[in-house]
Amino acid sequence: MEEQTEHKYLPNYLEYRGKYKGLAGWLTTTDHKRIGLLYFYSMMVFFLAGVVMGILMKLELISPGEQIMGAQVYNGLFTLHGLTMIFLFVIPGVAAVYGNFFLPILIGAKDVSFPRLNLMSWYLYIIGAIVVLTSQFMGDGPPDTGWTFYAPYSLKTQTNVVAAVTGAFILGFSSILTGLNFIVTMHRLRAPGMGWLRMPLFAWALYGTGWIQLLATPIVGITFLMVIAERLLGIGFFDPAIGGDPILYQHLFWIYSHPAVYIMILPAMGAITEIIPTFARKTIFGYTAIVISSMAIAFVGYFVWGHHMFTSGMSSTSRWVFSLLTFLVAIPSAIKVFNWTATLYKGSINIKTPFLWAICFIFVFMIGGFSGLVLGSLATDIHVHDTAFVVAHFHYIVFGGTGFAFFAALHYWYPKMFAKVYNPKIANLGLFIFFVGFNLLYFPMFYLGMIGMPRRYYDYLPMFHNANILSTIGSWIMATGLLIVIINLVRARRGTGKEVNDPWDGKTLEWTIASPPIVENFEEIPVVDHGPYEY
Amino acid sequence: METITTHQHADLHRDDTAAKLGMWLFIFTEILLFGGLFIVYSVYRFKNPVAFELAHEELSITMGFINTIILLVSSATVAISITAMQKNDRKITLAMLGITLLLALVFLINKYFEWGGKFEHGMYPGSELMKNLSNGDMLFFSLYFFMTGLHGVHILIGMILLGITLVKVKTGAVNSGKYALLENSGLYWHLVDLIWIFLFPLFYLIH
Amino acid sequence: MSDEKIHISPYKSHIMVLLGLIVLTVITVLITSVEMGPYNTTAAMIIASIKGAIVLLYFMHLRFDQKIYGIMVAIVVAIFAAVIVVTFFDYLYR
Repeated sequence: MEEQTEHKYLPNYLEYRGKYKGLAGWLTTTDHKRIGLLYFYSMMVFFLAGVVMGILMKLELISPGEQIMGAQVYNGLFTLHGLTMIFLFVIPGVAAVYGNFFLPILIGAKDVSFPRLNLMSWYLYIIGAIVVLTSQFMGDGPPDTGWTFYAPYSLKTQTNVVAAVTGAFILGFSSILTGLNFIVTMHRLRAPGMGWLRMPLFAWALYGTGWIQLLATPIVGITFLMVIAERLLGIGFFDPAIGGDPILYQHLFWIYSHPAVYIMILPAMGAITEIIPTFARKTIFGYTAIVISSMAIAFVGYFVWGHHMFTSGMSSTSRWVFSLLTFLVAIPSAIKVFNWTATLYKGSINIKTPFLWAICFIFVFMIGGFSGLVLGSLATDIHVHDTAFVVAHFHYIVFGGTGFAFFAALHYWYPKMFAKVYNPKIANLGLFIFFVGFNLLYFPMFYLGMIGMPRRYYDYLPMFHNANILSTIGSWIMATGLLIVIINLVRARRGTGKEVNDPWDGKTLEWTIASPPIVENFEEIPVVDHGPYEY
Repeated sequence: METITTHQHADLHRDDTAAKLGMWLFIFTEILLFGGLFIVYSVYRFKNPVAFELAHEELSITMGFINTIILLVSSATVAISITAMQKNDRKITLAMLGITLLLALVFLINKYFEWGGKFEHGMYPGSELMKNLSNGDMLFFSLYFFMTGLHGVHILIGMILLGITLVKVKTGAVNSGKYALLENSGLYWHLVDLIWIFLFPLFYLIH
Repeated sequence: MSDEKIHISPYKSHIMVLLGLIVLTVITVLITSVEMGPYNTTAAMIIASIKGAIVLLYFMHLRFDQKIYGIMVAIVVAIFAAVIVVTFFDYLYR
């Protein structure tokens, strides 16, 4: 973002050379597009590591008894898998990668409001990741508490909880600063003529997300600090032996971690909302309804945390209150699904890879959503609580939701980000295999949960064997699909693509500029005189 | 085109309203950070009303009162320094910032003696005395040390911010045409005061 | 670049606000020594909230700033209050 004197040729963000060249140029960049890619590459590393851990766990579960690891290793592995996937992949996920890359472009700005703070967020993310990962190698062994760090076990276990919790705290900081940056950007840097109700819906989703990041993350931050203090300083907050209330820990943890689910899913929904109208060749159905539902999800989602605690010993009053609120939050989510399908109705649908990913997203997201209602109602939750059913549910939501949207967005914006074209046939094949594998992997777990298989054990009774075999095979198929998808994209990145500015005939601002975008995005800040999706 | 581009570029790097909005958003996260502690406090006080009331008698109302007044005055001096800056009166700005920093230091010294007194009686995190406290007392003093300690950390951060501002006012980098840093450090300092306004009655004035 | 009109609070108003805050602090200390049962805490919290509001409105300038800041503060405080209420659905009825 150095000043430019040459105006005849505007270098794009990939080849631009600032003060430093090469890697140093990337590590000192304040360009939101480069920061988006920094997130992208680091996140992919963590994601693939998390996938490998998942496959190893599934391999362990292929038969009853110890296959490739014992109980303690398995406990450490599901903790690390959770930490990696939740804190390093899905929470920053769509927002940090595509939010950074596209938010300023979508609202017609040259960058975010605080570019240097933006870079600092990425560094905090990396530092946090390193601290989390060192917990595996330092001290007294990898944490075995699960990513939830429930007290009092997290206070008593001899494993290295402090490092993992500290890392999560730092990651929270990174998340807060990103949200802050995006909110200010949307308040201050919208292009002339772009009123709030002309903002693309991805931007609106990021706005809601930003507020959750700001208001929910500090609560878990302070909770983690209390756990650290309790472990290190010998003071007491949550240990029942000194009068503390472990359920209060659960309250505080979920006051953040439930809204965190919306930090994961809102930007994902936003990305899908960009993709659907582009390929339906039709304006989005119910723009205002989607805006309101985004904000409603952000708001109501703040008050449903207790549905993670129905069996914890909470009062019965708060159980039905939380159950009621949980059903309420299903409404705005459903509104979005109705809007997407209504947009498709009578559209001139252009079936391309991003569209297929988006459709698969809606499919798995709906399965995840409906199974969520089973967990949200008190009676049925008691039956399936802490079983494989829960694991299946949140993988359908978090992986099926955010993960599918992540790849949908990647295939959608890939030509803009890199100015390269991937092979659509291989991409579709990869998606197909991935989709089949995904469902084969997680769907049997609904069944397993219903018949009573508990989660978080390396071993199980022989009665659960058949479905587990299916599930493990599914994990292999899914990994194959994922590999095909990724190799296809990597090959495209290396290949010689043609520079197409608007491959999908999209109408939002990112399609009006060059691919790859120039350093300052726009040669001239656009003046906006219509809504985002006018076909 | 050139002039416009460079002009907008300059704008991008100087948006006082954005800086202020950013500061407010950060203040919200700070409020929620302490908010989490207030939730813990209210739950445990609700569960141990008698223990909390008895335990609080170990704290000196006088100390708490003096520190409250110190913070209130320092908040006023920061506010005055901003007014002075807007009136382009650098001398008063500097003097007021100096007084604020001094008061912050006095607050910390006070705190040092308050905590020091507790430590002398063997009451500190991890001490034998503290480990053997009854349940409610343990929670009270854990919260007391943690919350006032975290508040103290915020005093330090505020002092660093104000100190940087002071230096920049001296060098002229912060001036009557460009004082967003002063305003934002001021906002942060008021937040520190705001939190103390609630900590004081919750720890020192339980009845 | 700031598109807000600048409101300069006079020195005098800061002093008045400070005096008001000190008076409220004295009142809150005095009120603690009066026996009012559970209302002691209520009174202390009401006074603290008034003091907080004064700091927000005058020292933190919300009264003179664009409305958006005030709205945001109100929403944040309301959300936090709601979180406490919802949490207490557990502890009040357990």
